[in-house]
Amino acid sequence: MIANLSWIFFSTLLINNFTLAMFLGLCSFFGVTTKMDTGWRLGAANTFVLVMTAVAVWVLNTFVLAQAPYLRTIAFIVVIASLVQIVEMAIKKFLPVLFRELGIYLPLITTNCAILYLALTQTTRGYGLIEGIVYALGGGLGLTLALTLMASIRERLDVADVPAMAKKMGLVLIIASCMSMAFMGFAGMGSG
Amino acid sequence: MTTEALTTAAAAEPIVPGAPPPQPLWLDFWRGIADDNPVMIQMLGLCPAMAISNQLANGLGMGAATIFVLVCSSLLISMLRSVIPNEVRLATYILIIATFVTISDLVMQAYFPLLSKTLGPFVPLIVVNCIILGRAEAFAGKVKPARAAADAFGMGIGFTLALCTISAFREVVGSGMLLGYSIFGPNYEPWVFMIMPPGGFLTMGLMFLVMGWWGERKKAKRAEVHA
Repeated sequence: MIANLSWIFFSTLLINNFTLAMFLGLCSFFGVTTKMDTGWRLGAANTFVLVMTAVAVWVLNTFVLAQAPYLRTIAFIVVIASLVQIVEMAIKKFLPVLFRELGIYLPLITTNCAILYLALTQTTRGYGLIEGIVYALGGGLGLTLALTLMASIRERLDVADVPAMAKKMGLVLIIASCMSMAFMGFAGMGSG
Repeated sequence: MTTEALTTAAAAEPIVPGAPPPQPLWLDFWRGIADDNPVMIQMLGLCPAMAISNQLANGLGMGAATIFVLVCSSLLISMLRSVIPNEVRLATYILIIATFVTISDLVMQAYFPLLSKTLGPFVPLIVVNCIILGRAEAFAGKVKPARAAADAFGMGIGFTLALCTISAFREVVGSGMLLGYSIFGPNYEPWVFMIMPPGGFLTMGLMFLVMGWWGERKKAKRAEVHA
């Protein structure tokens, strides 16, 4: 049980990293990662929403969607959208400082594909409640790791002397490619 | 034109705040392919553009599904634009998009099971493709159905073209084949790296570098002409 859970956690965190291996949540990965603080804060908010989604999806799958599997996509996106709305209201009420720091990125979590991807794969892999939560934690922390690493590199990049043609996105994507290559090194972890 | 004629013309077509300026249909169509290409210029929909672009067939399938969802949802949203209350418009858009995504997902599972299996969760993930919601919010919700359809079709074609360019490059370099036909012959050592995840980032990065170089060159030429 424990071995299985830790395998789910680490394989999602490193081998199948949501951002660098599965190409999920790239909008925020490229859009928000200019400062390290916002990077890891957004990662934390994403992790929180991912865990909540895992619980909600388990409830939906167990009690509602068994009768109507064709409603999956619609049901998931509605639940995710309302979940993000609730989280946003709760943070606004109880943690106003954090709310101001996250700003527009909080509602944008709804359209982060990592969340819907988690809901869909959790269903197809038949994860239970605990497995789902561990899966969400692994995915969320993986996102946070990628966001923080990228943001710290880009903070340095700001003061670097870069040729004009690479100023916009070109160089950032090449860096992402190198990071992704580094993460590919984890792929042998399970087989050895 | 007299002032009277102007006011009646204005009354015939109420001006929606933030609506795009009127222009011929073919321009609405063309913008998505060239000047406002969703992937290359607006940098939207990057997730599917990189995630499934390791084979040309995947790019084509994904592009077709996205065009279907984009055109249908833009058309429906544009037709319902006076009915949808402003406060809940985003939720309504998402629901409309999710409906068409479900349709295309089920159709693909029924008629193209192999393609559906390779694309996996990325077909239902079309729901959260920012291009579609972006077009609904910026364009379809504010204009007549004909314009919305032309715009959606152009954006869809532009997305598919970008997708096909990336995936054809990755497939040819990464496996030496295109759509299953060998390009370089049996002696080619495939550059496997390109069909793996880092290859997606690299291809996209190279593309942006080339575009940046092109932009800089144009700028330099213009400066030369002015000087």
